[in-house]
Amino acid sequence: MIEGISIYEILSLSSILFFIGIYGFFTRENLIMVLMSIELILNAAAVNFVVINTYLYPDFLQGAIFSIFIIALAAAETALAIAIIINLYKLVTSVEVKDTEVMKY
Amino acid sequence: MNWNSLLLMRFELGLLILFLAVLIFEIFTGKKQKGKLVSFAIILFAIHTAVGFFPLEEGRLFGGMFRTNTLLYFFKNVLNVGVLIVLLQSADWLKEKVVAQHKGTEFILLLLSSLLGMYFMISSGDFLMFYLGLELATLPVAALVAYETSKRISAEAGVKYILSSALASGTALFGISLLYATTGTIYFDVVASVLTVSNLSVLGFILFFSGLAFKISLAPFHFWTADVYEGAPINVASYLSVISKGAAVLILVILLFTVLKPLFLFWNKIIYIVAIATMTIGNLFALRQQNMKRFLAFSSVAQAGFILLGMLSVDQLGLATVLFFVTVYIFSNLGAFGVVQAISSAADKENIDDYEGLYRTNPKLSLLLMLALFSLAGIPPLAGFFGKFFLYLAAASKGYYVLVFIGVVNATISLYYYLIVVRAMFLRKNPDAIPYFSSKLFMKLGLVLSAIGILVAGLYSPLYEYVYAISTTFLN
Repeated sequence: MIEGISIYEILSLSSILFFIGIYGFFTRENLIMVLMSIELILNAAAVNFVVINTYLYPDFLQGAIFSIFIIALAAAETALAIAIIINLYKLVTSVEVKDTEVMKY
Repeated sequence: MNWNSLLLMRFELGLLILFLAVLIFEIFTGKKQKGKLVSFAIILFAIHTAVGFFPLEEGRLFGGMFRTNTLLYFFKNVLNVGVLIVLLQSADWLKEKVVAQHKGTEFILLLLSSLLGMYFMISSGDFLMFYLGLELATLPVAALVAYETSKRISAEAGVKYILSSALASGTALFGISLLYATTGTIYFDVVASVLTVSNLSVLGFILFFSGLAFKISLAPFHFWTADVYEGAPINVASYLSVISKGAAVLILVILLFTVLKPLFLFWNKIIYIVAIATMTIGNLFALRQQNMKRFLAFSSVAQAGFILLGMLSVDQLGLATVLFFVTVYIFSNLGAFGVVQAISSAADKENIDDYEGLYRTNPKLSLLLMLALFSLAGIPPLAGFFGKFFLYLAAASKGYYVLVFIGVVNATISLYYYLIVVRAMFLRKNPDAIPYFSSKLFMKLGLVLSAIGILVAGLYSPLYEYVYAISTTFLN
């Protein structure tokens, strides 16, 4: 609990983070930026879990533990995505979305 | 808790032991013998599959985070058989291409760790376990999709898959956090008893559902499907479309029928709309495909739409029909992908036009592909017909006649494009037809197994009765 800050402010913050992430995912032209947008989404979810746990259900630590797992898995996800992007970069020497796409409808 | 109760995790522990065995085998074999590793892993996995059929007790572990019952055992066996067929079908490809680059072990380990994730995902008793299982099932597959590191198209497919699946799991997580906010717990049983309809829980459900819809490739979240299937190695595409989708469908139906049941009056509308959209879009895009992999990708999108019909009937019938259809679909699709794989590795051709005149040169392969496609299209007396019939029955039993009508129309459309392939194989004459070739032992075994699966699931009615009998499990 933070003095003077209610749950509404923090939930607004995490919702804004989430939608910035969604917006960024669909508009960014650079694969690394797309990956950063996904990080924003995952972090928004992690913040949500911690905040809901502390403010609403402080008896158990389910949300806090969940957020630790989210952080760990987000790291794994990013590492794998970076590895795949680096492999793509070796083949096309670019990480811009428009240069990497050959398959389309 | 005592040591005996750990036996409830026999599937998971068996797979872990298999893991270690493959790793140790890798360490102690010389460079020239790496080809044996594939056979070794397949034989071990076959033993693991056979052991899975022994009966087990039901129960819970780790304070309810992990639960098992007869239905889950049945489905894990189905997944095992599916993965065994995938491994058999990819054995030759592995031996010729992958082992030569010293990447054979990693392929098998990644495939099996993804399977382990699916075990945990379908047995999960709370959202944390579910999320961990989902990620463990997804991440290795992303690495597998990008496995042919020298191919540009494979790398592109890998990027598309990892990014869209990461977005999907992020969205699902945000949804879970909102459901947690409304209920105060992440355990399925407690959530089911506390959950009520409110704006927050509905929003949470929508986000959670869209995350899972990515995995099952329901419209409008299906855009990654065709590109990823085209770029990935064929056996990985077949694994994605069959095993990965099947497990995600099962956990979705379990969650909808138990945890999210209080929101039924809300989610039935979503399922209704998504089912229509998925069937129609999948069919319309499948009509215009020339590449077999893309064609099968859109056909699998359309099949996912049919599966949703069964979810509208929240009772024993609904669960049984979904489970039965997924089982049938796994065998049919494995047959189709297996033939595509065999032809691709022998002649390096993947377009529908290349299949012209195939019956004259390779009659057995064409017959199997025809069997698989007819089963997917739902022509009696093959398994797919009964699968679809029961799905219609489940939807009609709750009065969704319009939806059933749309489903039947879509099934007719799908018949058209499945028949295009059959016509190319049987009726067209082509002097440049793919010459006769004979597949290796493992490939033959994989194809025969999937053919047996299609026939048995269709003609052996006790299978459906068994599935119907075990489907009471989650509904009490």
